[in-house]
Amino acid sequence: MKTRTALILLVLVVLALVPMSTRFDGPRVGSKKFTESVILGDLVTLLAEQAGVEVLHARELGGTRILFDALRAGEIDVYAEYTGTITQEILAGQGVSDAESARAVLAERGILMSKPLGFNNGYAIGMIETTAARLGIRTISDLGRHPDLVFGFSNEFMDRGDGWPSLKEAYGLPQRNVSGMDHDVAYRQLENGTLQVMEVYTTDADIRYYGIRMLEDDRQHFPRYDAVLLYRADLAEREPAMHAAMLALEGQLSEVEVMALNAQARLKHVPEKKVAADFLQSHFGMEVGTADETVWDRFWTHTREHVELVRLSFLLAVVFGLPLGILAAKRPRAGQVILAAVGIVQTIPALALLVVLIEPAASLGLPSVGAGSAAAICALFLYSLLPIVRNACEGLRGVSLDLRESAEALGLSPWARLRLIELPLASRTILAGLKTGAILNVGFATLGALIGAGGYGQPILTGIRLNDYGLILEGALPAAGMALVVQGIFELLDRLAIPRGLRLARA
Amino acid sequence: MFELRQATRSFAATLAVDGVDLSIAPGRTTVLIGPSGCGKSTLLRLMIGLLAPTRGTVSFDGVEVNPASAPDLRRRMGYVIQGGGLFPHLTARENVALVAAHLGWERSRIKDRVDELSRLARISEDVWERYPIQISGGQQQRVALLRALMLDPNVLLLDEPLGALDPMVRADLQRELKEVFVTLGKTVVMVTHDMSEAAYFGDIIVLMKEGSIVQSGTFQELDQAPADPFVTRFIRAQQSLTAS
Ligand SMILES: Nc1ncnc2c1ncn2[C@@H]1O[C@H](COP(=O)(O)OP(=O)(O)OP(=O)(O)O)[C@@H](O)[C@H]1O
Ligand SMILES: [Mg+2]
Repeated sequence: MKTRTALILLVLVVLALVPMSTRFDGPRVGSKKFTESVILGDLVTLLAEQAGVEVLHARELGGTRILFDALRAGEIDVYAEYTGTITQEILAGQGVSDAESARAVLAERGILMSKPLGFNNGYAIGMIETTAARLGIRTISDLGRHPDLVFGFSNEFMDRGDGWPSLKEAYGLPQRNVSGMDHDVAYRQLENGTLQVMEVYTTDADIRYYGIRMLEDDRQHFPRYDAVLLYRADLAEREPAMHAAMLALEGQLSEVEVMALNAQARLKHVPEKKVAADFLQSHFGMEVGTADETVWDRFWTHTREHVELVRLSFLLAVVFGLPLGILAAKRPRAGQVILAAVGIVQTIPALALLVVLIEPAASLGLPSVGAGSAAAICALFLYSLLPIVRNACEGLRGVSLDLRESAEALGLSPWARLRLIELPLASRTILAGLKTGAILNVGFATLGALIGAGGYGQPILTGIRLNDYGLILEGALPAAGMALVVQGIFELLDRLAIPRGLRLARA
Repeated sequence: MFELRQATRSFAATLAVDGVDLSIAPGRTTVLIGPSGCGKSTLLRLMIGLLAPTRGTVSFDGVEVNPASAPDLRRRMGYVIQGGGLFPHLTARENVALVAAHLGWERSRIKDRVDELSRLARISEDVWERYPIQISGGQQQRVALLRALMLDPNVLLLDEPLGALDPMVRADLQRELKEVFVTLGKTVVMVTHDMSEAAYFGDIIVLMKEGSIVQSGTFQELDQAPADPFVTRFIRAQQSLTAS
């Protein structure tokens, strides 16, 4: 009995700690969670590889905040950003209004900015080409002559600083029939004629798909969102070949070209890496081979990443959760505090928790974003604590007073009573808590993809972005499968760890 | 053995034990008896130190029973709670051997001691390997008693050892138990609410009511020279029950 339990524990610990993959220590490229950013990341990656540098592309890490923090923390070395985002968001409130002063401020923080890559991905006002031609509308000012046009804008644009209110003022637009709606819905309404004018992003693949004319911003109302590369100041010194290779992108990408690349990926479902390789071939005449990843390759990668997230976070949850549960059962006051604390953790939204944890993880020198992210592991650890702590506490409190009294009257010390009597008697409830914790953990681990930690959540998120149900299933099915496997393992564990006398009592 | 001085224990508003003075003589069997809820179990718990008195003192062999001294003193006491209190996750043998094994006794020594106890209480070999749920109520009581005897304590504290048994088994076990007490010559404090059982076992009978001792003495003394009308009422009530 004792040796068996010890053996089980040993196997679990070994499984949880044996490294499954070595950490990549070459330069890393990051990308945000949208198609264009991923393609730009792949372009940089392929260029570096052509220059003979092995790099890792940490794909779809998250939004601006996460990428920029990761860059500053040295988690990634380079990613593509937009000048408008730099001045309006990253350096907001620091009185930086143009790209050149932004360059200087960033340089002080050890971050360099490339020259513009050549395209602007900003806001524009769009109309169906035929309608615009019929009405003779070429510039935004021209809209003033047609007060009956119906406008539809994304909700964000309706109240952004550079959105509709200021646009209306800048051009003195008279239209009154203006409503907020989902961006994709707006495209469809534009197509069927319910509305005639909407805002677009200048490199949206949909612009070509729907045949949209972008009106000239003749009063320069919209800020420019010129794509640039942001990279760490020491990159030129550390990886001169890569540095030179990636800067070859400067001034090479036009809006039309990028729009076509986006369309390839978004509308024709060509993998981003292939889209990038094709561009390098046609534009620079580079012969870039991209081995086609099979579904199985991806499955194994995601499985490895997912297991990596689950096993360490779960082991930590057990190592901390069981003692906390025991403490909570033995000290009712502390118990209230402990149970309340682990309960509150459950109510924190996953993304918020992940983002909050990135900074401390990075400052401890742990990988904070990307595969094996300490922030993701820590968040998962916190999420799986509740069932473990609560069941351990409930299980121990559920041991009858009679039996606890008998054990005490036998002269056993508190520690011996816990080990020999109370824990075995509570084992069923404790194991049920571990099982719930593990299954929750497998499910929650899909959220790790929110900060690029990979796993089954990755295809799910990408699938949502590309509206590709196949990809969504590619993540959802194995995640469900893994939950079943975990359930099975715990059913086996029940047999090994719950004393026979208790299992008889159940029958 | 035990000396109780004004021992009192209250739970919130309930006075479970109220100012009890009692000394337990060595080598004799003392029976605590009284109506349900009069504080018998609580008194036993005070003696083994599972509860601390809210007032007064309890001492064992001249040492005050308190949280510091209790763990050591308990090695010299065997206690069987109301209902036996066998651990359901351990077999009968493991239940009995638990503490000895924890104290590091050698296997052979444990086996010899369990064999010895087996003869004392007539437990067959196959019962030893079963779990509590798989053995009868009478056997459970025997095993619980043997668990209390394993370390050869100086005193046995038994809370209604024959409580929930059917009359036939009960009669058998009464005889067996008496035999054990006589053979071992141990000090026994035993709780019951049955007067004939008290008369059968008790060298001294302690009759309690609402937390206090009404009278203590031999059955003859209680029957012939009752200290209070309650004593006679209690004895009569039980006799009329037996008669009907
Ligand atoms: N832990 C406790 N908390 C509160 N009240 C208690 C507790 N233990 C006992 N009591 C109360 O103290 C009184 C004496 O209880 P005790 O168990 O000692 O009675 P008893 O004589 O053993 O009764 P019975 O013959 O039914 O076993 C009862 O009123 C009981 O409700
Ligand atoms: Mg009682």
